[in-house]
Amino acid sequence: MTYELSGPLLAQLALSGLGMGFLFALIAIGLTLIYGVMGVVNFAHGEFLMLSMYATYIAYATWHIDPLVTLPFVAAGMFLFGVMVYRLLIRRVIAGSMYSQIFATFGLMVFMQAAAQFIWGADYYAVRQSWLSGVLILGGLTLPVPQIASVVGASLSTALLYWFVFRTGTGRSLRAAAQDRQAAATLGIDVDRMYALAWGIGSACVGVAGSLLANFYPIFPRVGVLFVLLAYVAVALGGFGSIHGALLAGVCIGILQVIAGFFFDAQLKYIPVYLLYLVVVLLYPRGFAGRS
Amino acid sequence: MSAARGLTPFAPLIGLGLLLIALSILPLALGARPFELRLFTVIFLYATLGHAWNILGGYAGQTSLGHGVLFGLGAYCSTMLLTRTGLSPWFGMLAGAALATMVGVLLGFVGFRLRGHYFVIATLVVAESVFLLFSAWDWVGAALGLQIPIAEESFGNFQFHRIKVGYYYIAFALLFATTLLVWWLEQSKIGMVLRAIRDDEDAVRSLGFSPLRYKLIAMAMSAAICGAGGVFYAQYVLFIDPPSVLALSLSVLIALIPILGGAGTLIGPILGAVVLIPISEYSRIYFSGSGRNVDLLIYGFLIMLMSVYRPDGLASLLRGMSSWFRAGGTAARGLHQRNP
Repeated sequence: MTYELSGPLLAQLALSGLGMGFLFALIAIGLTLIYGVMGVVNFAHGEFLMLSMYATYIAYATWHIDPLVTLPFVAAGMFLFGVMVYRLLIRRVIAGSMYSQIFATFGLMVFMQAAAQFIWGADYYAVRQSWLSGVLILGGLTLPVPQIASVVGASLSTALLYWFVFRTGTGRSLRAAAQDRQAAATLGIDVDRMYALAWGIGSACVGVAGSLLANFYPIFPRVGVLFVLLAYVAVALGGFGSIHGALLAGVCIGILQVIAGFFFDAQLKYIPVYLLYLVVVLLYPRGFAGRS
Repeated sequence: MSAARGLTPFAPLIGLGLLLIALSILPLALGARPFELRLFTVIFLYATLGHAWNILGGYAGQTSLGHGVLFGLGAYCSTMLLTRTGLSPWFGMLAGAALATMVGVLLGFVGFRLRGHYFVIATLVVAESVFLLFSAWDWVGAALGLQIPIAEESFGNFQFHRIKVGYYYIAFALLFATTLLVWWLEQSKIGMVLRAIRDDEDAVRSLGFSPLRYKLIAMAMSAAICGAGGVFYAQYVLFIDPPSVLALSLSVLIALIPILGGAGTLIGPILGAVVLIPISEYSRIYFSGSGRNVDLLIYGFLIMLMSVYRPDGLASLLRGMSSWFRAGGTAARGLHQRNP
């Protein structure tokens, strides 16, 4: 390689990797939370991301509301959407086999993707010139603002989530429902409500990620596929159901794909991530930090 | 009831024979109607692919969402052989099936150690990686894809231009052969072990069978059929590129068909294709050129409905109906038995 690895370049690569990494982590945490609480992998998770990106874009294009302002509303909207999906669809397949669960969320994925293409067409949209666009020049460094915002926004949301899950009474009930559904029910915890809550929070995570991502990533019906695939990898690497694991793995993946894209081939930058998944699950069939 | 029972051993056979004859002479009636001819050809192809998935996913319980890779490898193999060395696509079909089998068995050898969601996601990840690799690999045409050179229309050349009845019969033969194979598999010891692996892998191991070995057998059959299907597709459409033969959506469709029809049943993939493919083909006509994916909208909705109301697929509905008739109208029992 003829590129010279200067300090500023390294800093920019690191920021770019962290920016994506924290978003992957946030998406993965939503996924792993739902899985951890009720053992269902949400195959439509990427489409939840796509939906929140479209919501952000539409608010921006029609009412000129900045993505940063829309963010809490998108998160709240996605919370309700997640609860609705749980109530209307997931609750009816919990008792079924893994098959019917996979295909319920899978059907939702196909449906949402097709619905987006039906309503908005296959065109690419982009939010231009939001508050969080442009670059920040810091000494000799040129740092893109959207990436900084992703790191900040995603880590704040993750911190908030940690506080909720590990420090509040409701969070404790949620973890209890995840550990032992029956025992939790015996102790008076409304397990059904906890499941709905897990779907709500998991979807709200994606809502935040979608709003942040809309600042610098094109919006199209299939945008969720790439992100959710990486989120699966993060969830699996971190161990299904482990929030810490998903966070760590998400950030690692973000950095790995930037390095791979820079040194090898931008088109193939995700292949090392996928390889990493295969190697890790084969060596540690439960992921880095998974429970057995 | 007794009269119906007396008929049962022969009635299905006679029905099947009539259906086969009807399907063999159908092109004579459809000759001038290319749309219907295409519809049937595509149904046959996808039912065949559904069977292939079903061997591994339905009977052995190894849910793959990456079968498009095996299909795509078949398509690329025969096309490369044809364009680079001029080898006949018929040889290409053998080579494509062999290549898909080799790759499938290799992937299975590594991947069958994974279970549940880990396995499903591994198949997705492999499929996406192969898609990315082929999209960037110039030797196989990268994102531009490969054109199959037009040859004279003949069975030997595996090309038909004006009247595509040849494709119809080839697809029909593929489906017929595959159905026979799966039918044989169902009754064989291999089929029994595969179903046992699906139900309880550890129990199978404790009985002294090697689950890995049987899963690899299932994978080999599944992959060979997918590879052959891919070669058929390449010769039928005469153009392949990563989005058309390696896309994740194709892998998904290959899995959907048997699941909708009834995973782990002989009739499932056929039922699934008969229901899903017309939805896709007709919606393409009615909403032509809009590129708005109405078929997928309907698919998605159907899958959700099925997962809630008929998790065992359409085949269970059919079985419920037939036992309803046999029992003279009393409610069907044992709807959820997978293999009665």
